Amino acid sequence: MFMAVTDANENHAFRHESLQKTLTGIPGLDDITMGGLPKGRPTLVCGGPGCGKTLFSLEFIVKGALQFNEPGVFMAFEEKADELAANVVSLGFDLEELQREKKVKIDYVHVDKSEIEETGEYNLDGLFIRLGYAIDSIGAKRVVLDTIENLFSGLSNEGILRSELRRLFQWLKEKGVTAIITGERGENTLTRQGLEEYVSDCVILLDHRVINQISTRRLRIVKYRGSLHGTNEYPFLIDDEGISVLPVTSLTLNKKVSSESISSGIDELNNMMSKNGFFRGSSILVSGTAGTGKTSIAGSFIDASCKNKEKCLFFAFEESPAQIIRNMSSINIDLQAHIDSGLLEFFASRPTLYGLEMHLVAIHKAIKKSKPSVVVLDPITNLITVGSVSEVKAMLVRLIDFLQEEQITVMFTALSMNTIVNDQTDEGVSSLVDCWLMIKDIESNGERNRGLYIMKSRGMQHSNQIREFVITDHGLELIDVYLGPDGILTGSAREAQILQEETGEVLHTNALGRKDRELLRRRKVLEAKIDSLRFEFESAEEELNKVYIEEELKKEFMEQTRQKMTDIRKGAGYRNEK
Amino acid sequence: MNNVDKSYELRLYVAGKTSKSIAALNNLKRYCEEHLKGIYSIEVIDLLEHPQLAEGDQILAVPTLVKKVPEPVRKIIGDLSNEEKVLVGLDIRSKIQI
Repeated sequence: MFMAVTDANENHAFRHESLQKTLTGIPGLDDITMGGLPKGRPTLVCGGPGCGKTLFSLEFIVKGALQFNEPGVFMAFEEKADELAANVVSLGFDLEELQREKKVKIDYVHVDKSEIEETGEYNLDGLFIRLGYAIDSIGAKRVVLDTIENLFSGLSNEGILRSELRRLFQWLKEKGVTAIITGERGENTLTRQGLEEYVSDCVILLDHRVINQISTRRLRIVKYRGSLHGTNEYPFLIDDEGISVLPVTSLTLNKKVSSESISSGIDELNNMMSKNGFFRGSSILVSGTAGTGKTSIAGSFIDASCKNKEKCLFFAFEESPAQIIRNMSSINIDLQAHIDSGLLEFFASRPTLYGLEMHLVAIHKAIKKSKPSVVVLDPITNLITVGSVSEVKAMLVRLIDFLQEEQITVMFTALSMNTIVNDQTDEGVSSLVDCWLMIKDIESNGERNRGLYIMKSRGMQHSNQIREFVITDHGLELIDVYLGPDGILTGSAREAQILQEETGEVLHTNALGRKDRELLRRRKVLEAKIDSLRFEFESAEEELNKVYIEEELKKEFMEQTRQKMTDIRKGAGYRNEK
Repeated sequence: MNNVDKSYELRLYVAGKTSKSIAALNNLKRYCEEHLKGIYSIEVIDLLEHPQLAEGDQILAVPTLVKKVPEPVRKIIGDLSNEEKVLVGLDIRSKIQI
């Protein structure tokens, strides 16, 4: 986004060379103004008391001196030089040092009505000469007049003042310095004294609003002659590094994409996706009801990423870092080790600490600062306490946009309290997230178990099955849901079913064995019977054989006897024949 | 006059020899000759020649008359055409009235 804007601006500047811009150095502002304030022209910065006008303009001067080598004059009508210096020491600006180096000149203009008597005609040449001298003495390119309206309280001849101011702004343009003029906000006008009449090139309005007891600073470019600019109200933050403005809506949708994958930290979950993990730079939403283990999933994702030497940033909106570390150690995830090695950083804040926009700015800043490749927000739904659902939605859209631009893999956890919020999440974030893991309660048999499934995962095949999600003391596990004859079984019912089936198996084998043995016995009995019959048969056969042999023997013997008898008779007869 | 023990140190800041600055200087000289004869000194500072001096006396408008001594420091801006106001501003008029 930032790249794109800068490029667009360069092209823009190339085509219209007449409008040159001066970078302010205030993070974000140069994106909204597409290159900074109009060069060589005055810009009006107005707003109510305490909205940050002085800081804004002082930062313009200091950043100019430090970053762009453009010396600047700060003409203060309200605060003395040493007061100003003391006020910004906390932001790390050393005004005294800068003044010694002749990069910044602070000129305090004291206007006190009680000391001044007016008689007759006069003009403000004294101021012009002072300012001119200050500009020339350090070769200033930037000028701030804060707050020039104080002149109106010190001098009573308004007619002279107005014509002199008109001349002053014209003179500033001729001098070719980029100027900021601050003005207090009036009743129905931008400034109390109608300065916007004189400064018409660029007008920036600062605002400080309190909604639901939470204050948010906002900035809007009311007008920027001859230039494109963001027209929305942009939240800005004043913290220990000065002002940062957040351009909340990106202008383009031309993000880079990666086809590299990054592990979820749970092997079984990786296996459910065809790319073996999430895409790098994608956004992952983990949603589920209370106590379903969303933070644990985030913790294990962080753990895996840190082990792959990825820089991680954990935004905690619910628990303190110490609490998360302790809780994660109970499931064998040692986050403290990653903190010690510098790979993991925690960023914990109460949602009610500041407004939603401020959270976004703070998240932006933290990310810009530590440049992580993996970010976890736990949980995003807690932010609803400081904004309506639709505001949170809008904020998330912008956040996801920003993260994808930066190629950061982000995991959100979201608590779905009831179907209404769930539907909202559906509408609001679903279209932006690339991967959505749902954890559901499965209640049956008087117990509650967790079921995890992948609702969507852009650009890859994923399993459509519900897995049982088990948190053990050695980590997170996904178990195939047991499909019994009566439907899906989880938890102890699954265990029972497995047990029951194992018992059945044993009984079954036992029964089979008994039948086998029975058969064997029957076979043996039959074989025995067969044997005895055979013996019977043999004896009967022998009996029969015996008669037969006797008969044979008898027959043979009778034959012999008859032969003998014949022979005997034949012998007698033979002798007779002889 | 009971202010003889005091001396007046007056500075007139101008920017170039404009009609306004010349008028202011002439007016001032006239008042001083009239009311402070012998006890005043006038220093005319042209800011175009000495711009660095503008900061010290917090000069915004020109011409500006600064009464450094006696205290308190007072500034009178404009061409000093209103004698009444100038004399009050220089703490002269009130004392004459007493």
